[in-house]
Parts: sequence; structure tokens; C-alpha cells
Amino acid sequence: MSALTLTGVSKVYGKGAGQVYALRAVDLTVEPGELVAVMGPSGSGKSTLLTIAGSLEEPTDGEVTVGESPVSRLSRGERAALRRRAIGYVFQDFNLLAGLTSAENVSLPLELDGVAGRAARAAALVALDRLGLADRAGRFPDELSGGERQRVAIARAVVGERRLILADEPSGALDSVNGEAVMRLVRETCQGAVAGVVVTHDAQLASWADRVVFLRDGRIIDQTTPARGPESLLDADPAR
Amino acid sequence: MSVRHALLALLSEGPKYGLQLRDEFEARTGEVWPLNVGQVYTTLQRLERDGLIESDGEDEVGPQKSFRVTVDGAAELDTWLRTPPDLSAPPRDELVIKVLVAIRVPGVEVRDVIQTHRRHAVELMQEWTRVKRDAGPDELSLALVIDAELFRLDSVVRWLDTADARLRRAGTVPASGPPSALPDPGPVRAVEVRR
Ligand SMILES: Nc1ncnc2c1ncn2[C@@H]1O[C@H](COP(=O)(O)OP(=O)(O)O)[C@@H](O)[C@H]1O
Ligand SMILES: [Mg+2]
Repeated sequence: MSALTLTGVSKVYGKGAGQVYALRAVDLTVEPGELVAVMGPSGSGKSTLLTIAGSLEEPTDGEVTVGESPVSRLSRGERAALRRRAIGYVFQDFNLLAGLTSAENVSLPLELDGVAGRAARAAALVALDRLGLADRAGRFPDELSGGERQRVAIARAVVGERRLILADEPSGALDSVNGEAVMRLVRETCQGAVAGVVVTHDAQLASWADRVVFLRDGRIIDQTTPARGPESLLDADPAR
Repeated sequence: MSVRHALLALLSEGPKYGLQLRDEFEARTGEVWPLNVGQVYTTLQRLERDGLIESDGEDEVGPQKSFRVTVDGAAELDTWLRTPPDLSAPPRDELVIKVLVAIRVPGVEVRDVIQTHRRHAVELMQEWTRVKRDAGPDELSLALVIDAELFRLDSVVRWLDTADARLRRAGTVPASGPPSALPDPGPVRAVEVRR
């Protein structure tokens, strides 16, 4: 069973002459343990693909399946539960709640899902610690730097029993070293039953993925073949 | 990469033998630049001839011979460390030429050519990132070497992205269908790219 399947997914915004095809007949399968990056220029449909994969928006055409669940056949309540329980989102604007501390922001999805307060808080602290934010647990979002807010958002996305991590330009506000720490964590999280999709225009971010898919005008036009392994690099001509 | 100055740097820490120098060179560059022992001995002979290092015996260069840096050698190393490398762009970048030629060759979709090179660069970046990911936290030299490769390849991808967008804006590459008009791309020098 794949972690995520998009079959013939199209998305049209607007009507008549103002119609925009954001996605055109996209087929994409992500296996458990796999991290896929979707690269493309601005306006190519990356964010649309991610919100549809995360069942935050409905496709105009086609089918999305997360794990065993064909999203279109779920009730409203089932869909909400899927989003809360199985999917971790990292969006460009972070979406942290201003009235909650870092730890509360991270533990909230678990508590909404019925995990006891103390256990949820412990899980949140572990996730924050892995991102080097242990000493920021009690701070509110407006007491954090942009980069710290971003890492709290990542911690919230990976906490608990998520099966699908979806990230939209997850290291946009971070310098290279912190961006790398974020991708390392996303990469580590995507193993076993957990899969991930990162959309980005940044090749350095994308290069953390097992597979890079190229999007252009809403279509998947190409993808990288799986890495050949480091030997091919070390045999390269040193005087290059 | 100057083997000559790398050896001077290693000798500035204290006297060393040839084989030891080779092993340390490879370790410090994250084993990304393999060096054969013949290369090490030839370089050591030249450094000694130029008075930048010295050895004890009169023997042939070999495993038993130990070298140390001279005052001139230390000065040479210091000068080298502070001399900027040649960062000016090569006059003709092969990738730039290929894209410029692709615009003019009938029956060739320039955006396909661009995508082929983009995919290749990203695949290389994936391989380097994998090496970095598997490296231990103490392998600092390796991480630095890989970062440099990643930034170089990243700039190639960004140039390709920019070329793609510029060609599209110029109407050379329509959103769908074959290219229509092929405007003069202008002289090679007008395109700036660094590798
Ligand atoms: N809510 C919307 N209403 C109308 N058009 C939209 C909407 N969201 C996205 N689009 C259009 O769909 C296309 C793809 O957008 P998007 O998925 O945001 O691309 P990307 O994330 O790659 O920049 C763009 O042309 C954009 O203008
Ligand atoms: Mg976007």
C-alpha cells in the first residue's frame, strides 16, 4: 500500500476566460519511507499539489488516496480525522497560534486527537529538543525569531504518529545550516511507515529527497532516477 | 587544488614522512581527492628544490625520509592562504554554449535541453547530499567539501531556471506547442554564469 497516490489530478481555478489550470492530470505515488521533492518555478502548481495531497482542497478531477483512504469517499468527519492524525503540514506562513507557547502549539494536534495532556506535552518536548528548541518551549510565537517559528512548525508537523509529512518551502526563512537541520529531521522522520512530500524551488532542499519530481505549468514533466550511490562521485576526476 | 600548498600546510604542523602526508591529505579533504604516493614524492622533491621544505638525509626520497617546512616555505604558505583564487567566470561555459546553440537548432526544444541538464545537476546534488547525510558529525572537512560542491551545482540549477524563465518571457519557449520565432540570443558574453 502506497502512502500517497494522486491519480489524474487536475485543478482549475476560476471560470470561463479567467480559468487557470493549476494542475493537469498529475499522477504521483509516494511509498512509505520515501521522501519526494517536487521542484518547479513559481506558479507551476507546487502549493496546489500539496494542499490537494493533504486534502485541504479538492481536485477538480482525479483521485487522492492517503494510505488506505480514497479521500473523496470519506465523510467530512473522517476527512478531518485523517488531516489531524495522519498528516503533518508545514506551510510557508507557519500557522502557529499566537496565544499558545511553542510546546502547546506542538502538543495541540495530539491533544485534539485524544492524547492525554501530559503524554502530549512530553512528545512535544522531544520534538522541540530534536530541533534545538528545548529552551524555547515556554515562549510564545511573537517571542521567537522567524527561523525559530519555522522550526516549531516543523516540530508540530512531525510530532506523534504521522504517516505523511507535507512541507511547502520548509526552510524558506532559515540560513543554510539551519535549513539543513530541518531537512535532516524531515529526512529522518520519513522512514518506516512515514512518507513525505516537500515542494520547493530550491535544489539544495530538494536534494535531500529520494526522488525529485519536476513540475511545469501544472504538469509533471520529469523526475530524477534514484541515486547511484557515493562511489560514482569519489571516482570522479580530482583535477576537475 | 594545489597539492603543493596542501603539503606545505601539513608540514607546518611539524616534520612528517611522505606516506603520512598522503594519508593526512586524504583525511583532511574528506577523502574526496585521492592522491597517489608518486604525486606526493614528486611534489616534495620540487618543494625541496625550491627551498620551501628540507629533509635530514642525502637519501633518495622514500618512506624513511622526513620533511619539515623552511622559513621561506612558511612565508609562501601564508601568502597563498591570503591570495584570492581566480573567481572570474570562464569566457565560455560549456553549459551556456549548449543552451545558446539549442535555441537555434531546428527541431530541438530548448526547454527539454535545459531540463536534461537540470535533472543531471539535481541528481548529482542528491548523491552529494547522501554522502553528507551518512557522514558522522565529526567529519567537518567532508561536510565543507560537499557544501562547496552543492553550492556550485545549485548555481548551475539556478542559472538554468533563470534561462528557462527568460526564454519563456522572450517568447522563445511558448507554454505549449513548438517554438515560434527564434530571436537572436545576442553575444555569449552577455550571459553571466559562474560554475
Ligand atoms: N485560490 C486560487 N485562485 C485562483 N488561482 C489560483 C489560486 N491558487 C493558485 N492559483 C493559481 O494556480 C497556479 C499555481 O499556483 P501555486 O500552486 O500556488 O504555484 P506554486 O506554489 O508553484 O507557486 C498559479 O497560476 C496561481 O496563480
Ligand atoms: Mg507555492
